[in-house]
Amino acid sequence: MIDAWRPSCSLELLRLRAQILQEIRHFFLKKGVLEVETPLMSHAVGTDPQLAFFTTEYCAAPVRQTLFLQTSPEFAMKRLLAAGSGSIYQICKAFRNGESGRFHNPEFTMLEWYRVGFTLSLLMDEIAELIEQLFGQHDYSLAPTQRSSYQAIFGQYTGLDALNFDYADYCRYALANECPEAVALCGEDHVLWLDFIFSHHVQPHLGENGLCMIYDYPACQSSLARIKQDNPKVVERVEIFINGIELGNGFYELTDVKEQERRFNDEIRLRQQKVLPASVKDQRLLAALDAGLPECSGIAVGLDRLLMVLSGNQSIGEVLSFSLHRA
Amino acid sequence: MATFSTNEFRSGLKVMLDNDPCAIIENEFVKPGKGQAFNRVKIRNLKTGRVIERTFKSGESLEGADVVDVEMQYLYNDGQHRHFMKPDTFEQYEAGDVIVGDAALWLKDQDPCTVTLWNNSPLAVTPANFVELQIVETDPGVRGDTSGGGGKPAKLETGAVVRVPLFVQTDEVIKVDTRTGEYISRVK
Repeated sequence: MIDAWRPSCSLELLRLRAQILQEIRHFFLKKGVLEVETPLMSHAVGTDPQLAFFTTEYCAAPVRQTLFLQTSPEFAMKRLLAAGSGSIYQICKAFRNGESGRFHNPEFTMLEWYRVGFTLSLLMDEIAELIEQLFGQHDYSLAPTQRSSYQAIFGQYTGLDALNFDYADYCRYALANECPEAVALCGEDHVLWLDFIFSHHVQPHLGENGLCMIYDYPACQSSLARIKQDNPKVVERVEIFINGIELGNGFYELTDVKEQERRFNDEIRLRQQKVLPASVKDQRLLAALDAGLPECSGIAVGLDRLLMVLSGNQSIGEVLSFSLHRA
Repeated sequence: MATFSTNEFRSGLKVMLDNDPCAIIENEFVKPGKGQAFNRVKIRNLKTGRVIERTFKSGESLEGADVVDVEMQYLYNDGQHRHFMKPDTFEQYEAGDVIVGDAALWLKDQDPCTVTLWNNSPLAVTPANFVELQIVETDPGVRGDTSGGGGKPAKLETGAVVRVPLFVQTDEVIKVDTRTGEYISRVK
């Protein structure tokens, strides 16, 4: 390719990105949220079996040490929170191995912020405020923001109960909706069924020209969210969508060190079962939780996808200066 | 035959699915931020021509299908099978009505065409994009009409019926686009 030296996005998009970054910084400045930077390379990394990480090697003879490129800045930011930083945000690169497609580039830009003392519902208000403001400043009129629980939206589009797994019901749904392969692919794995059906049959409908926030995720999809106090079947997790595109994922953060360690151990065991590259449990995060993480809510938003929606581009490459193939 | 992972699924790749040879049309990577990665794949079944969508777990693989398109010469119809020949090796192949399908409407003895082979047996036949065929039957044109407006049906030597302008007459040879079945021009 003769033109492979050129950016994969237009120059106009470079300018739009710069404006958005400025507007985000302005938004948090006004709210007194501190901008921080944390290392992209770390001694430990997330244990989530669904995220593949990159490793690199630090060499200063005779020392050779494996370092991980972060899949998100979550752990380092939580250590800052535990150290008393107060509310913080960060705009940084995150790295996820093997993820490449219309909505994925293995290296992408993330906006992550934590609000000390915020419940998830307060954080959702602030997410809506930020998104509405960003779109408004670019003359993009958004439909009113929608909020729905995972169970309600899942039921609305599929008629299935997301919280109570009924294998026969799920199979019937798959056969009636032209995805019979789901039966063999998902087996009796409730989590896999939810991922399959949600991403294929629910998500595409979410947030038509507007922001859609889904909360109260099933407990089996808890990640780093806290179990809801009055309903142990769901967790305090929110995902946001516009035009069927997943833009971000937030939690009322888990502060219980024992529960966090148990989830790490479960995920490390799962990685072993699936013969995935071993990840290292982040002892420093555990120590920080042990010292005390303040009650807080936080969210990570994929800024490249946000730019896709804002500019009407159909693939992530069109909003990156250089996508993987030109990097 | 080699196997191909979902990461290698590109448009045009031929793979085996449910024991049938298929061609990948489109492959989309679908992954929830905190969830299983899938590939949503659009596939054409090369035996039936049907297009289906199928989801795979990312990293799953399919066996490649030994499917190739070969330029051949159509030889003749023996009443049960049509016979084709590779012009360079003179190797001959035969194919029944089901495989030849609608291509039969455009195949004239000695004409070039494309035969899709699966494990060295014909799977499908595609006529050349443009063919020249003789009209065997059409109503006489209306005197004075020289434009193409309206038109009339004309039966060709291969059995196909196409709409032709009124001035075109029986026994004339015309050029037809086989992809649309449309008349292009008269051939002198």
